[in-house]
Amino acid sequence: MAYFARRFLFFIGTLWAAVTLNFLIPRLQPGDPAEAIVSRLAGQSESIDPAQLQAIRIMLGTPDGNLFEQYLQYLGAVVQGDFGVSYTYFPYSVTHMIGQALPWTVILVGVTQIISFIVGTLLGTWAAYRRNSRVDSVITLGSTFLGTLPFFWLALLLIYVFAITLRWFPERGGYGGGSSPGWSWIFISDAFQHSVLPAVALLITGPIGWIIGMRNNMVQSLGEDHARLAVARGLPRRRIALTYGARIAILPNVTGFAIALGSVLGGTVLVETVFNYPGMGRLLLESVSSRDYPLMQAIFLFTTVGVLVANFLADLLYGFLDPRVRKAETA
Amino acid sequence: MSTPAPAVPAPGADTEGLQVAATEQARHSRLPGWFVILWRNGKCRIGLLMLGAFVLVALLAPLIAPYDPRGDDFPTSLAPTGGHWLGTTAQGEDVFSQLIVGARTSLIVGLAAGLLSTLIGLVIGLTAGYLQGWVDEVLSFLINLGLVVPALPLMVTLAAYAPVRGLWLIIAVISVTGWAYGARIKRSQIITLRTRDYITAARFAGDGTARIIAREIVPNMTSLIVVGFMGAALGAIGGEAGLAFLGLGDPQTVSWGTMLNQASLGGALLTGQWAWLIAPGLALSLLITSFTLINFGIDALSNPHLRED
Repeated sequence: MAYFARRFLFFIGTLWAAVTLNFLIPRLQPGDPAEAIVSRLAGQSESIDPAQLQAIRIMLGTPDGNLFEQYLQYLGAVVQGDFGVSYTYFPYSVTHMIGQALPWTVILVGVTQIISFIVGTLLGTWAAYRRNSRVDSVITLGSTFLGTLPFFWLALLLIYVFAITLRWFPERGGYGGGSSPGWSWIFISDAFQHSVLPAVALLITGPIGWIIGMRNNMVQSLGEDHARLAVARGLPRRRIALTYGARIAILPNVTGFAIALGSVLGGTVLVETVFNYPGMGRLLLESVSSRDYPLMQAIFLFTTVGVLVANFLADLLYGFLDPRVRKAETA
Repeated sequence: MSTPAPAVPAPGADTEGLQVAATEQARHSRLPGWFVILWRNGKCRIGLLMLGAFVLVALLAPLIAPYDPRGDDFPTSLAPTGGHWLGTTAQGEDVFSQLIVGARTSLIVGLAAGLLSTLIGLVIGLTAGYLQGWVDEVLSFLINLGLVVPALPLMVTLAAYAPVRGLWLIIAVISVTGWAYGARIKRSQIITLRTRDYITAARFAGDGTARIIAREIVPNMTSLIVVGFMGAALGAIGGEAGLAFLGLGDPQTVSWGTMLNQASLGGALLTGQWAWLIAPGLALSLLITSFTLINFGIDALSNPHLRED
């Protein structure tokens, strides 16, 4: 149990650190981000509610009151999920804007992550099974080469070739002007068409990490004593590869996958920006360019917490799957 | 896959043996031992030559670049011509000159942020691993925190508040977000080193902690530090390109990232200026390739599991 207790403590500790970091970053800045936002909001709209201004001051820093009181107020607001109003999308709240962007990101990045994981693990297993053959060198060299290509650049090239030159797919955005979000067939097929190129951009480089990780782990686990004993016993090669090699080698990848799914919440800033895709990554960049600090802080916190929760779940999963980890931590 | 190095290192003693052998050979050629080992690896040699070419271009950039990279008195959005090999930007700047000067930016960021985050990682990793106890608990927590906090959102958030967007800010942001991985590896390495006999001997001889770390431990971690630096530099080059592409880079500096940003905003896609679009990405990709090739040599040197059998 010591393993799980330690992991839980680490989770609580990192969660606290992330929330505190989010409190400190705007307060360490020169100038006064909170007052800048408040005065711009007040100038922009007459109908601003004092309670909304107060929410922004709690998130980004109040001119008066000591730091500790501010910290307590901030923690209270975070627990209640009250992150204030967005500056750019006033009068919408920050939480509303995140709710709008989240489904786009979860579907696009989530689906491509799952496909990348499956494809990458299979290719990695295949490469390790046929180690040092032509298949192996094609897979490992091919993925190493693809891995050197900056993927936002690949995304630009995809737009250039398939959207502008060939006109097979729409250029940018999440859906066309003719349809509005809803459960209609027209909208869904339109959104699908818009998601093809971003998905391809993510899928070209997505499986690489899983391929290399799986291959190297499996080559290593096939060299261990129990696998060599299986060879000596004359077990079929395929069975050794799958039950003695792949079964152990997949463990680190499974936990890596859990973390990758957690990071889905943050979206992918680069690809979403290139395609002007209405997800979390683009929302973060938009909030940065328009100095919408309340929105930016909330997205950063949300993304970080997503990764921390996933990391914690991955640790738990790893503890169940691999008893050696539990032992190592207690010893 | 790779041409195996003459003697492939095994853990512990063999690595030291190999290093001794290489040092012996280096004594004749006046080259450092690790360089000789790397040079013998075919892929690594290609990588070193490529990196050397980039360094040369960066050093001689003002001589090679035909025009001032920011000089905007040419016709705008030109396709490649004899006068402008890669055409001109939407502001009328020479793309080829920008490409040459961009090599400088990428290498400076890679070198500076790579060194800075290696240094942070070294100090934190060494302190945690050597002192152990509660200092280690606290620092390990910091390291793990640094590993799990998503880097790009953190970089973007930090860069967003900055009043001035200079190149040094970018370097600082990248270093602050990128040191943790190296620190973790250095910490585990020092934990295995600190109980070795020669360390105990040095301690009994009355050497202080700082002296033991500087004279006995760090020299035995050279290859690890070089690997860490390469990884950090690679991450920094990618990080700068990404930030600059998002428009969060230093507006005063020409880099491959800002070139791609301008190409994307300036309608290189619509005007069909493929050269403006392809050149910076390809340059970035070749620089990353050179690091990857060099890493093949370093990996084979430091991790026997990655060697081919």
